Amino acid sequence: MQVYMDNNATTMVDPQVLEAMLPFFSETYGNPNSLHKFGTASHPAISKAIDQVYTAINAADADDIVFTSCATESNNWVLKSVWIDKILNDDKNHIVTTEIEHPSVLSTCRFLEEQGVKVTYLPVNEQGIVEAHTVKSFITEKTALVSVMWANNETGMIFPIKEIGDICKEKGVLFHTDAVQAVGKIPVDLQEVHVDFLSMSAHKFHGPKGIGALYIKNSQELSPLLNGGEHMGGRRSGTLNVPYIVGMGKAIEIATQNIEAKMADIRAKRDRLEDALLETIPETMTVGDRENRTPNTILISIRGVEGEGMLWDLNNGQIGASTGSACASEDLEANTVMLAIGADNELAHTGIRLSLSRFTTDEEVDYVIEHFKNAVSRLRAISSSYAKVGPTKGGEVQECELHHH
Amino acid sequence: MAKNDLLGGSLWDQYSNKVTTLMNNPQHQGEITEEAAAEHGNKLIVADFGAESCGDAVRLYWEIDPATDTIVNSKFKSFGCGTAIASSDVMTELCIGKTVQEAVKITNIDVEMALRDTPETPAVPPQKMHCSVMAYDVIKKAAGLYMGVDAESFEDEIIVCECARVSLGTLQEVIRLNDLKTVAEVTDYTKAGGFCKSCIKPGGHEAREYYLVDILENTRKEMDKEKMAAAADAGSTGDFETMTLVQKIKAIDAVIDESVRQFLVMDGGNMEVIDIKASDEYIDVYIRYLGACSSCSSSTTGTLYAIEATLKEKLSSKIRVLPI
Repeated sequence: MQVYMDNNATTMVDPQVLEAMLPFFSETYGNPNSLHKFGTASHPAISKAIDQVYTAINAADADDIVFTSCATESNNWVLKSVWIDKILNDDKNHIVTTEIEHPSVLSTCRFLEEQGVKVTYLPVNEQGIVEAHTVKSFITEKTALVSVMWANNETGMIFPIKEIGDICKEKGVLFHTDAVQAVGKIPVDLQEVHVDFLSMSAHKFHGPKGIGALYIKNSQELSPLLNGGEHMGGRRSGTLNVPYIVGMGKAIEIATQNIEAKMADIRAKRDRLEDALLETIPETMTVGDRENRTPNTILISIRGVEGEGMLWDLNNGQIGASTGSACASEDLEANTVMLAIGADNELAHTGIRLSLSRFTTDEEVDYVIEHFKNAVSRLRAISSSYAKVGPTKGGEVQECELHHH
Repeated sequence: MAKNDLLGGSLWDQYSNKVTTLMNNPQHQGEITEEAAAEHGNKLIVADFGAESCGDAVRLYWEIDPATDTIVNSKFKSFGCGTAIASSDVMTELCIGKTVQEAVKITNIDVEMALRDTPETPAVPPQKMHCSVMAYDVIKKAAGLYMGVDAESFEDEIIVCECARVSLGTLQEVIRLNDLKTVAEVTDYTKAGGFCKSCIKPGGHEAREYYLVDILENTRKEMDKEKMAAAADAGSTGDFETMTLVQKIKAIDAVIDESVRQFLVMDGGNMEVIDIKASDEYIDVYIRYLGACSSCSSSTTGTLYAIEATLKEKLSSKIRVLPI
């Protein structure tokens, strides 16, 4: 058996989605901007996909939802175009975001700082979320944009988007949310919350990679990121990626239909897995209140077991998971989310993320419980944290010595 | 950045088979108790380095025969990633059978070399080189405990880049001799800063006492000062060919230390200057290869030409290098 438990990274394309996409590669392949029938033949399918996306997030007809290549593009688009429209060509100079956004927001903000924009990175509480009153206290007259994620990729924690949206509306500040980890996992209703811009990505809800979207409330001003032909009403140029748009429509429709029932099903498996790990493996802890977490996510810290080592053993056991450990990153930088939640605790080095999907089975959950326990036993047997014979007098470690981060 | 860097996520593919094997099944993982050591009439030394909150920690156990100072048995415990566990394992293996005095000479480069499948291919990707540094640190600490001295006393020079073991002195010399202007150039010439990158500038994986950016800036400032001083009393520089034998050996040693030795050491070898014989036509430098160099085929071809070319360029076109 092999078990994929890294669904916050990406998901399997639902076979029904793939089936919906296939005719648009070699059968109906015309350019939808062409006037001939080869081009227009794809129009009904694209219209349907547009309807499916609008319905899924309850967008109004007056709003725009523009297809992009991914949520990274959507996030870059909002940040860079708000900079052009409201900072370079208007009198604002400030953006508010959080410490634990996705790199596509954080590194774009750092780029904007280099261009002279003031950026406030809000801290998170011990649950790993930004509180609405914190957002409120940092908004100034000069604030052009607030960008706060809907749910966090590492912890699954859900942010108070409704409250933050209301604050932004009251203050007259634009509000963007990176909803990549929310759409398709939890209800997202844009009639219920005030959001100016919302980013999403199909491959997080069993659609294909390479397609995302940006929701723009009331079709308001936002300079294009990609200039070119008059695709998508000139908002985002580039020949429409027809099969992927069709796939995204189908994927979001399946993910959001009966979402409460789907959530309950995933949550039951997630809770069973989480309970089993916490109960059978001593000295473990999970991050964040379950009720306020996406129903598929577990971030567990295992004392004495370094994250990359754990990932290695899980991989040997045919299980795909994820870690925020610095050792597993290309640049040895500890994960910003882990550091933000608790700067000096071991979480930055011992956190393992398990993320389920609607395709996760009970057998898979059982398999992971078993192998997880074995991996922890093996690595704790090697671990210096569990060694019995102590160091010779004088051989103890005082602090991190040279290895302080 | 180029074609080979486009695809990320290949960290584990760059581990040697030896690293993979030892991570999956470490040979020397475990503990030695006081009682077990005492039973053999031996002394137990246990040293820690790092901590869980730092991201990596290792505990090293040595059972030492006090009559000969020989490490008769060694074990380890490690909190760390795959490469940290494999490095600790090979470290204990390298310690066994050595005297404490010999063990202290084991460096992280020896550990990394011992993890290679073939001498030419690194055992770990550059950013993981750092894991083997822990091995070097904990050995020094254990030896210090046994010998009753401070672990720092084993280090006779200031090491700026621990991964590649490049000293402050070497860096200053190489910057001077090659007139280096950027940190990237310093990394190209010395390999310092090419691995975990902590020593390049503040804010990296770990805090350091010296950073390449500062060393480069300060050395260049000094160079500028010296240039001005030299311009002030021009014409008093020495010429290699007119130096005494002792001065010549020193000059050759300096060039080898700056530009040659580290590359031999990286491949598990070394060299020493045996003698110098000068005639009107040639200055013959007799050298002896050590370690891996003595059996390396390029020691009589490419490596030899490179050493000769460096000495010719830096000192005198009359130099011939003759291995014995």
